[in-house]
Amino acid sequence: MTPLRRQRAATVLFVLAGAGVTLAVAMLALEQDINLFYPPEQVVAGEAPIGKRIRAGGMVAAGSVAHDDTGLGVSFVVTDYQGSEFRVDYEGLLPGLFGEGEGVLVAGQLRADGVFEAEEVLAKHDENYMPPEVADMMAATGEQP
Amino acid sequence: MIPEIGHFAVVAALVMAMSLAGAGLAGAATGRSSWVDACRGFAAAQAGLILLGFVLLTVSFLRDDFSVELAAAHSNTLLPWQYKFSAVWGNHEGSFLLWTLVMAGWTLAVALAGGRLEQAFFGRVMGVLGLLNVGFLLFLLLASNPFARLAPFVPQEGNDLNPLLQDFGQIVHPPMLYIGYVGFSVAFAFAVAALLSGRLDAAWARWSRPWTNVAWAFQTVGIALGSWWAYYELGWGGWWFWDPVENASFMPWLAGTALVHSLAVTEKRGAFKSWTVLLALATFSFCLVGAFIVRSGVLTSVHAFAVDPERGLFLLILLAVAIGGALTLYAMRAPAIRSRLQYGGLSRELLLLVNNLLLVVAVAVIFIYTLYPLAYEAATGGDRISIGPPYFNRVFVPLMFVLAGFLALAPAARWKRTPLTVLRRIGVLFGIGAALGVLVSLLLGGVLKPAATLAVALATWIVATHVDDFRKRRGVRPLGYLGMVTAHVGFAVCMVGVAVTSEYSEGIDARMAVGESVEVGGVSYTLTALDRVRGPNYMADRAVFETDEGARLVPEKRTYFARGDVMTEAAIRPGFFGDRYVTLGEPVADDAWGVRIEHKPMVRWIWLGALLMAFGGLVAMADGRYRRLASRDAALAPA
Repeated sequence: MTPLRRQRAATVLFVLAGAGVTLAVAMLALEQDINLFYPPEQVVAGEAPIGKRIRAGGMVAAGSVAHDDTGLGVSFVVTDYQGSEFRVDYEGLLPGLFGEGEGVLVAGQLRADGVFEAEEVLAKHDENYMPPEVADMMAATGEQP
Repeated sequence: MIPEIGHFAVVAALVMAMSLAGAGLAGAATGRSSWVDACRGFAAAQAGLILLGFVLLTVSFLRDDFSVELAAAHSNTLLPWQYKFSAVWGNHEGSFLLWTLVMAGWTLAVALAGGRLEQAFFGRVMGVLGLLNVGFLLFLLLASNPFARLAPFVPQEGNDLNPLLQDFGQIVHPPMLYIGYVGFSVAFAFAVAALLSGRLDAAWARWSRPWTNVAWAFQTVGIALGSWWAYYELGWGGWWFWDPVENASFMPWLAGTALVHSLAVTEKRGAFKSWTVLLALATFSFCLVGAFIVRSGVLTSVHAFAVDPERGLFLLILLAVAIGGALTLYAMRAPAIRSRLQYGGLSRELLLLVNNLLLVVAVAVIFIYTLYPLAYEAATGGDRISIGPPYFNRVFVPLMFVLAGFLALAPAARWKRTPLTVLRRIGVLFGIGAALGVLVSLLLGGVLKPAATLAVALATWIVATHVDDFRKRRGVRPLGYLGMVTAHVGFAVCMVGVAVTSEYSEGIDARMAVGESVEVGGVSYTLTALDRVRGPNYMADRAVFETDEGARLVPEKRTYFARGDVMTEAAIRPGFFGDRYVTLGEPVADDAWGVRIEHKPMVRWIWLGALLMAFGGLVAMADGRYRRLASRDAALAPA
């Protein structure tokens, strides 16, 4: 090989190795956390894993939102209006458009007793928008959100 | 009549774009200079017509003409006038009209400034820009007509603009971002023209550099404005969310950053020729991918426009034609490109290669993460997943640290081979940086946070090596050099802001009634009043907080009349070394509210650094050597 060729080959090898290692690390990091979405039906049926970070969602059942007397604790019931519902416990501030009868997306862990411990609560952010997961689910069950 | 005239103007602009494409490409192919010269007229007419259409649509918004569907859906009589103005681009159709206006503006700028270019090359550049204009205008007219009327029933009142968009940020962020996004089309057109003519020498890189710098600078400002806007307007103190649409603008920015650097090597040394061309094509391709992500609604995002499958398909076709065509051309022509050049270890060429490698890998990582949920859903038949910010951070942050380390070596490095004696000096400077990193970290929080310490150390090192080199170059500091130093210092400033804010922010969520106090980071906050106030188009709950530092913070929670949207208006006391940030959550009892109080140290440095980077890009663009050498290149070019 001429010096020029050798340099070019070394450059290409260097680039490929660097890019390959980084992308492999990236994919491994990715595999570690993929947050799957579960509708109420699957949460109630026990198809959602316990103690693992997941996302779930549905509609906030009317009259179910209860604030603590002292702190920022709040609990509410998420329903699909098809008979499946579960309770969510959350400690913190709720988003602006959170409300009873509205769509909601929660991220956190499901406890063994069937209560969902939310670390994050997302609601729609304008009056037309709804998390796509929830919108699709409601469309599939024939319920108008 | 007004919207119809606007519609007609845009149709006429499409005809001008087609003429531009035809005259430019055919004129270059057949060597007819009168055809190529006509391009200037077509470009000017096109820009004028789209501007007319844009002005007329704006008039419809300002006059509350709700027979125009877009105004009815996104404006309201109560909306303050400056937001009626920005509401024009607060939706898919209007914002794409703005996009085509910006595209026509860039085309006109190249047409006017391209006099120094060789005739045939100029014709091809104009032709390629013309084709892009045709594609965008077709999309606008066929799939997103902003001039559509509501007939026969005209609403009395408009549906109002989403309150998130009723803000100064909406007035400046989209235009800046689009100028950047669309500006990369110029580098794209130069690259395609160079491939078409087979003239891939240093000259095309020299022509591309100033244009690429300007586009890059605007996109930098656009992204920074978006981040700042999200910070104060979304209400929860976040300044970057790894949202698909943020990623859509960040990918072309990273690729564009790589391009700015790679163009330097191609121009100065004649190396990396085929790589630079590929990067120029890729950067604009990522802009188109970004437009697709934002406007097709395939990914969940706060920015997503209303979903319309037809639009997504149209954009996908546009994307495929532009990218596919360019890459095919590249595959045909690239093997003929030869770079004959040798460089040694630690040469400037090698450092710039490392820069490009890291940036491109960063783009690839973001690309995979952004589109992974889509692929997952398709592969599993509908299972939805999301990928959280921790995973972006875990991969992206180390990449940037490595990048920062190499950046510190940049000013001392020489073309071909760097003498090893300079390394000792750089090592000493690193020692200073590391010491300062530890010191700043300890001052900030009394504890050493690894990422912040490392970031301050690396940033100090970068600034030190640049200042050191700057001092040594007495008298030889062209604008290009000054721009580079400014931009690199900007990167260091931005990195410090990101790392310190991320690691040293403090905050609590608290339940508070009037008269109660809480303490955050050594500062006591007292809620002194709660009342209800009326704004022009909303009602608001307003709280007054007073701190023992003597500051008064007044956050609001607004309910807008027209749509019932609820908005949190955070109260922020900005500071060079940190912000105080108070947000109203919701009432948790009759007399008590949930509130969030945060301290965000050095958060302003993020945007300050980005502005420095953009400023550096503009300074480098102004370097007179591009124009001097461009004239020489044109004179030397074969007729």
